[in-house]
Amino acid sequence: MADASDKRIDTATGTELKGHEWDGIAELDTPLPRWWLWTFYATILFAIGYCIAYPAWPLVSDYTRGTLGWSSRGTLEQELAAREAQIAPIHKAIADTSITDLPGRPHLMQAAVEGGRAAFKVHCVQCHGSGAAGAKGYPNLNDDDWLWGGDLATIERTIVDGVRNPDHDATRQSIMPAFGRDQLLTGTQVDDLVAHVRVISRQDKPGAASQRGARLFADNCAVCHGADGKGSRTLGAPNLTDGIWLYGGDAGTIRETIWNSRQGVMPRWDDKLDKATIRMLAAYVHSLGGGEATPVEAANGAE
Amino acid sequence: MPPASGDLYEKRKGVYPKAVDGFYRRLKWAIMAVTLAIYWGTPWIRWDRGPYAPDQAVLVDLAHRRFYMFAIEIWPHEFYYVAGLLVMAGIGLFLVTSAVGRAWCGYACPQTVWTDLYQHVERFIDGDRNAQIRLAKAPWSAAKAARRLAKWGVWLAIAFLTGGAWIFYFADAPTLQREFWTGSAAPVAYGTVGVLTATTFILGGFLREQLCIYMCPWPRIQTAMLDEKSLVVTYKDWRGEKRASLKKAEAHPGDFGDCIDCNQCVAVCPTGIDIREGPQIGCITCALCIDACDKVMAQVGRPRGLIDYCTQEDAEAEKNGAPSRPILRTLLRPRTIAYAAIWTSIGAAMLFALGARTRIDIAAQQDRNPIFVRLSDGAIRNAYMVKVRNMEARPRPVRVKVEGLADARLWTDAMPRDAAAPSVTATVPADSVAKLRIFIAAPPAGPARQDFRFTVTATDREGGDAREPARFERP
Repeated sequence: MADASDKRIDTATGTELKGHEWDGIAELDTPLPRWWLWTFYATILFAIGYCIAYPAWPLVSDYTRGTLGWSSRGTLEQELAAREAQIAPIHKAIADTSITDLPGRPHLMQAAVEGGRAAFKVHCVQCHGSGAAGAKGYPNLNDDDWLWGGDLATIERTIVDGVRNPDHDATRQSIMPAFGRDQLLTGTQVDDLVAHVRVISRQDKPGAASQRGARLFADNCAVCHGADGKGSRTLGAPNLTDGIWLYGGDAGTIRETIWNSRQGVMPRWDDKLDKATIRMLAAYVHSLGGGEATPVEAANGAE
Repeated sequence: MPPASGDLYEKRKGVYPKAVDGFYRRLKWAIMAVTLAIYWGTPWIRWDRGPYAPDQAVLVDLAHRRFYMFAIEIWPHEFYYVAGLLVMAGIGLFLVTSAVGRAWCGYACPQTVWTDLYQHVERFIDGDRNAQIRLAKAPWSAAKAARRLAKWGVWLAIAFLTGGAWIFYFADAPTLQREFWTGSAAPVAYGTVGVLTATTFILGGFLREQLCIYMCPWPRIQTAMLDEKSLVVTYKDWRGEKRASLKKAEAHPGDFGDCIDCNQCVAVCPTGIDIREGPQIGCITCALCIDACDKVMAQVGRPRGLIDYCTQEDAEAEKNGAPSRPILRTLLRPRTIAYAAIWTSIGAAMLFALGARTRIDIAAQQDRNPIFVRLSDGAIRNAYMVKVRNMEARPRPVRVKVEGLADARLWTDAMPRDAAAPSVTATVPADSVAKLRIFIAAPPAGPARQDFRFTVTATDREGGDAREPARFERP
């Protein structure tokens, strides 16, 4: 820093020198331009005005709210409300259109599938997985194997009422006895049944055990699973002859299934979700690739 | 002159260019007329593209992300054509600058064209140079205020037309014009017109040469591309110096050069420079000083060309008594020919690409969650989002197939699985992308990962096809 005795004036410009020098280059003490100064004052005024108008200062348990009443949270709420208002008419239209009429209105159907995709991510992924591929005990919704049926109306009903939902009378209900645990069959008999199921699902070759199992199957299982083991959608009994297994098709798993029975539960959703959301979920699940034509559609197609 | 102590900047000296006539002035008139006609007229040219696309010849359709230029339609993924045009513009600038100096600055730059237009308005209302200087110095009076208001009014009107015309490149011009006047155009249209009106008014009316000298990066770039073989406006000092008034020169013949120090070259200069001080950044090579000087030389009976387009090399040669070379030889030299060759080959490559491009395209993305699904009959299903792009202005029927995946059967989410077949058909709407969710089922036996290709073929008369590699995965 230069003190008073150092003060020199640059002859070329008439400006005072700062008093320091690097390699022969001296710095002029040129005053800031006036416009710069006024701009600086203006920014201070702007800051004061800003603090008054907008939320600015933190207080002990609150903050200054600003005279304009603006807040980022308020803006978000407005935007959410605006978004809600924007999609409300489509939701209403979906709720007012029966599920079997949806495919006839492609615009609504498309909106329903997209809405269902979003709702699925919130309500269904916990069991069925984010891609709806399911897991052991939780059905894969992408495939073409349906316990209760894969047309739009049936899917919607499954979502509305749930499966084996204990506190709901209209729920999908099917009960497979625990053949081993409840001593309806002996261990050997269960083993024979397993052998038979492995045969009808084309995993094993027939043998003596499976032949004994076939007789046991006709007596104990055909009521629900059908004489040929292809299952029954009315009763939600799985098709035992295809390549898709909810719990697994290996001998150990099949044995455990027969011994203890399986009673997977899906909650009812009509008490948690509105009509439009459930309809959209049904449309989305139907669109995953395994969706079946509704009986009405099929009838129309046959004409 | 260093600025006076206390001021940060040198105060702008008023520039009051005098009217002049001559070859270059008429050239400037012609270029102004052509460029303004192109600017104002282009959006109103119609071009019939059929019922599915706009009928404006040149249109930047930001909302639908299309760029139309006569018969050419550019999609966003074809932006390399625009990049190519920019590269051509850059090399074109190299070419022009190395050949004829800052011709862009002097003749074609919008700042020059509009400033020129504004100066004509100024002369029409305020009178020529001397009258303008007098008026500028005169105290404010009703008459001065009236002239100023009239001038600014006309300037503002031109600025408004300028800013107004810009928006017509981005929407259907007749419709937008109607909407603009009835107040139903988009706010961004009014905002654009407002901003461009203001900038034209300020830049053309008040900043003028300040923009060229202080704000514009172009002169710096262009000056860097000039060399001693470029044509630039040159004062031939060896012929002009020493200067003397006509009277003095006639009294002492032989003692003085041709320059009679009439200052006409300075008076007509739109950037207010004195070309006799040599080449300088303020010179936009508009050559009005050449017109002014030639006229004076004719009046005093001396040969034209005391100030003239001349390369530095020729200037040096002429100074030493050599004759100047023909203009063609200064224009055609390795550097300009190389630039011209590059420029032409890029243009030719783009024209070739434009002629050979297909107007149908396919892209496929495999579903990853889940990657595959086992169907009840044991087959494995993969799902893909296939996008088929139709870049023509009419709907086109297409067939999508797979190549290299034995026994594969396809179906879309819009059809029942029973209808699965080796190929699916769809109609892609005009000028758009059809998203097809395609399921493929194949026998479970096979490699875990199998590469194949989607192919799309337009099934109408014009045909056209495209392929896209994809992969089929099994458990």
